[in-house]
Amino acid sequence: MITATIPAWFEEIQQSAQAEYDTLPMPSRKDENWRFGNLKQLDFDGFTPENSSEISYNIPELPAGVICLPFEEALRQHGELVKEHFMKREARLGSVKYAALHKANVKSGLFVYVPDGVCVKQPIEVNHVISGAKKIAFPHTLIITGKNAEVSVVDRFSSANNDDAGLCIAVNDLIAGDGSKLSYCAIQELNLSSRMIQVNATQLGRDAHAIAFTLNTGAQWARNEAISHMEGEGAHSDMLSCSIPTGTQQYDQRTYQHHAAPHTNSDLLYKNTLYGTSRTVFSGLILVDQGAHYTDAYQTCRNLMMEDTAEANSMPGLEINADQVKCSHGSTSASISDEEIFYLRARGIQPQKARRLIANGFSTEAVERMRNDRLEELVIEAIDRKFASI
Amino acid sequence: MSAEATIDQETQNAIDVDRAKGDFHFPENHKFDAGVGLSTDTINYISDVKNDPDWVRAYRLKAYETFLSKPMPTNWATEDLNNIHFDEIRYYLADGQKPMRNWEDVPAEVLETFERLGVPEQERAFLAGVEAQYDSETAYSSVKEELEKDGVIFVNSTEGLKEHEEIFRPWFGKVIPTGDNKFSALNSAVFSGGSFIYIPKGLKVKHPLQAYFRINSENFGQFERTLIIADEGAEVMYMEGCTAPKFESTTLHSAVVELVAMKGAKIQYVTVQNWSSNVFNLVTKRGLAHEDAEVRWIDCNIGSRLTMKYPGVVMKGERARGEVISIALANDGQHQDTGAKMIHAANNTTSNVVSKSISVGEGRATYRGQVLIPKHLKGCKNNTECDALMINSNSKTDTYPAITVRGNQHVTQHEASVSQVSQEMLFYMQQRGISEAAAMSLAVNGFINDLVSEFPMEYSVELKRLIELEMEGSVG
Repeated sequence: MITATIPAWFEEIQQSAQAEYDTLPMPSRKDENWRFGNLKQLDFDGFTPENSSEISYNIPELPAGVICLPFEEALRQHGELVKEHFMKREARLGSVKYAALHKANVKSGLFVYVPDGVCVKQPIEVNHVISGAKKIAFPHTLIITGKNAEVSVVDRFSSANNDDAGLCIAVNDLIAGDGSKLSYCAIQELNLSSRMIQVNATQLGRDAHAIAFTLNTGAQWARNEAISHMEGEGAHSDMLSCSIPTGTQQYDQRTYQHHAAPHTNSDLLYKNTLYGTSRTVFSGLILVDQGAHYTDAYQTCRNLMMEDTAEANSMPGLEINADQVKCSHGSTSASISDEEIFYLRARGIQPQKARRLIANGFSTEAVERMRNDRLEELVIEAIDRKFASI
Repeated sequence: MSAEATIDQETQNAIDVDRAKGDFHFPENHKFDAGVGLSTDTINYISDVKNDPDWVRAYRLKAYETFLSKPMPTNWATEDLNNIHFDEIRYYLADGQKPMRNWEDVPAEVLETFERLGVPEQERAFLAGVEAQYDSETAYSSVKEELEKDGVIFVNSTEGLKEHEEIFRPWFGKVIPTGDNKFSALNSAVFSGGSFIYIPKGLKVKHPLQAYFRINSENFGQFERTLIIADEGAEVMYMEGCTAPKFESTTLHSAVVELVAMKGAKIQYVTVQNWSSNVFNLVTKRGLAHEDAEVRWIDCNIGSRLTMKYPGVVMKGERARGEVISIALANDGQHQDTGAKMIHAANNTTSNVVSKSISVGEGRATYRGQVLIPKHLKGCKNNTECDALMINSNSKTDTYPAITVRGNQHVTQHEASVSQVSQEMLFYMQQRGISEAAAMSLAVNGFINDLVSEFPMEYSVELKRLIELEMEGSVG
């Protein structure tokens, strides 16, 4: 672990972020961004920032010019690049206070810069292990792709043991340059006493293509906020997620598809498989700016109710201020039909196994949309681990 | 337009509703006037004039307290609500006329109102009951004798509370409690006018009951209160239509409509509204459906500066059914914030929401919905569809549904789409000699056609005509 001295400009940012955190009000029940949310989970009394982070990096062979460094190292060596892109977007989905807390405390994470026209074939893999009771981790992932560059990154979050109640407040900035392809995947497998807040901001240039995927199988409570800003013509954003809550787990997901330029398109698919007394919230918004004509935007949230005690809340939303737009959203909640089970039973598969198979297939649909063998493999492994525990 | 050629001239004349005809008002000649602004004095004045029973007065005063304590819902709704100046509104105006029983007794002025509204003569005779609200007091109220014979009660709210207390009091304010929202509290404090209807057990009312509402005094808000109770196995359709003259300053309309469908009963409530574009129309509508009962809201919102209306159905008994069918058209400077609320509170209840909105010019159409299927229920089904059509490049549309499902024995689906009339479609029609505007109008009517057919015939024709008028000048 390299302990770098923090540059003065960054210290300043952190100090003002701390002041911002102190002055910002707590989210309230009246806040639409926290509708159906569980505000009790925002009680961090007695939690302190962790002293050092346990992050391991699995970096493939990199072409010349690619920068891939721990975040703190990048601060020292590539301050200008970090300064230009670090948390420039307001977390407008409700967690602005916690994004400020992250800003004030961040000291670890990943920084990736891929220069124009360079393609990194293998994914960069980062493993975050959250350890210590009542500790808060603040990992930051900043990925910048130049023109026509390509890169994929996976963050995996897990806990050091099964008991420590940890908290992870992670923020990602994904800056996809013109014509580039940026894939990001987060696998959240914290222990059942831990909590997670993740704020993901994607910014897409002209003809850029970004894929952001989130898998939730761990933590007692996780809040994901994902924003995609399509700023260049022809930008394409895929927002994907797969959640499998069991027991009393709660996942709260908010998304925002911001079409700021004409001819942009976005496609969102969130799939929840709910067991036990788990609870999910999905709130999505497609915003098409004035003048962002010829936009195609789709948003789908599907809830598979595996048990009678689970609860799914869906709030798919649209705000359209432009013409010649194709937008749709859909949300469904249902359980596995008896016919489907019967079909599999007729082929000699036990009902329990049949249900598992269907649930697994249901989850996989979102995973396959990543179209990246290694990322899909990692996610499917995590999904299998989860199903094995049910 | 070629589509109209199929209708003969006579019918055409009868159904023609010219919107400009709504832009008039008569000299104001009110016997009772509660003055401008709201205070306990205003409420006592209303109670005095209306000779309210003590419990109604107490109810109003308590509601006034609730109104004051409730915040404006601007945390989710538009900031435009802050432009309502409660101090500048007249809360009660009336000619002091007793409801009359036949047309001959109705003042010529009021009759002229109907004339200009374009209510066809034969329709008046045909319709079972005509309830016309002229300002806040019901100026004319007639219930066909045979309905009375059958035991139907169709009166205004003041009469209902006084003379049929035993029927209406148990349900009054029960479906929509005073504290439901700021505007239902306001209505509970100052309500006047509106209909009270009771349909006895097993009676299926053949003809729709109808009410026409008008606003005719500057700065004057209408706070009508309607309660419809359909007893076991009864069936009724109620229709209301609204047009309003243009005023210099903003007017507020805030109604409360409660429907109670007892076991196996069926209530359909049809609204065609065409407010002028300075009216705030903030309405709370909810129905309670007992076992095997059905409540349907069929709603068409045209005009107004801001409409906030989310008809709801609480499905309290097993196999109850709720339905909202709505059409909204938002033109320049108008915001139609409409939707539906479906609360499933018993097993095997089903609900259906179909909403279609059209934004013209800078109009904004919003769908806001809630579907709740709570714990320990099984076999509940909900289907929600919202489609939006945008005519111009600066039109706006939003959709904000919220769906909560607990348990795995339910099926819900929600789908929304946004689109515009495709250039190909317009080109195709233009090629066949239809002007661009007429083609656009045809396409829009096609978009809502399947919903329009849900409206009673005389309304659906009027509705198509209104939409054509609204579309005028939007293309080209």
